[in-house]
Amino acid sequence: MGIGLSHYIILSAILFGLGIFAIITRKNAILVLMGVELVLNSANINFIAFSKFNSLKIDGHIAAIFVIMLAAIEVAVALAIVLNIYQNYKHINLDEIDNLKD
Amino acid sequence: MITEIVFWFFAILTIGSACIVAFSRNMIYAVFSLLFTFFGVAGIYVLLNADFLAVTQIMIYIGGILVLLIFGIMLTSNITGVDIKSGQTGKFQVFFAGLISLIIIIGLIFIALTTKWYSSVSPSEINSTIDVIGKSLLTNYLLAFESASVLLLIAIIGAALIARRK
Repeated sequence: MGIGLSHYIILSAILFGLGIFAIITRKNAILVLMGVELVLNSANINFIAFSKFNSLKIDGHIAAIFVIMLAAIEVAVALAIVLNIYQNYKHINLDEIDNLKD
Repeated sequence: MITEIVFWFFAILTIGSACIVAFSRNMIYAVFSLLFTFFGVAGIYVLLNADFLAVTQIMIYIGGILVLLIFGIMLTSNITGVDIKSGQTGKFQVFFAGLISLIIIIGLIFIALTTKWYSSVSPSEINSTIDVIGKSLLTNYLLAFESASVLLLIAIIGAALIARRK
């Protein structure tokens, strides 16, 4: 049994579901960010798998590079926001953060 | 044969440590198993002939994003208290979240197995993708590349401005 395209798609589907579960259930903002990273990684696996099984056209790799770059940007800005929230609230429990300005 | 063994090894590594990320109550365990998830995904990239992407994954995700997340955890948890553990979520919410993600996983697997994908495997010998990626980044994707660099600059300025202590 060779490793085909569907193996990679199923792997990324499971990773996507775990990421969605982490995003929904976590209360800590940083753990939610880690769920977002799992989702982005599963999307990247799909991009590169389709690129490989389409006679290794390079477009999927380019899309994956931009996704990685956007993930880095997103984490930097989101952590700045989380640190700011922590200065105001002294916690980062997402269920109790309900004011934009105190 | 060796490809299958390597694939299953990296797949089990990725899925197992992603499970710890999703289910563990301890934030430190979660963030360190995220490292193994990224490493497993990099191994999957190597299997998919994406050598440049694998190195980029290790450098940016593990060297950058993971260090940022660890800094975030260190800076935002009361080290003396018990707050380093993530708060409990209600059983009801966990049940429905599990149901939703299970439906998503099963639906995606069903789609993946029933669709007839166009697949033309290329057994042609390809040494490295760096050459092709570099050429296409500076020809076909030049506008996206340049706007990405502008976006990075804006993100640096914005993050520094937001995180600055008043």
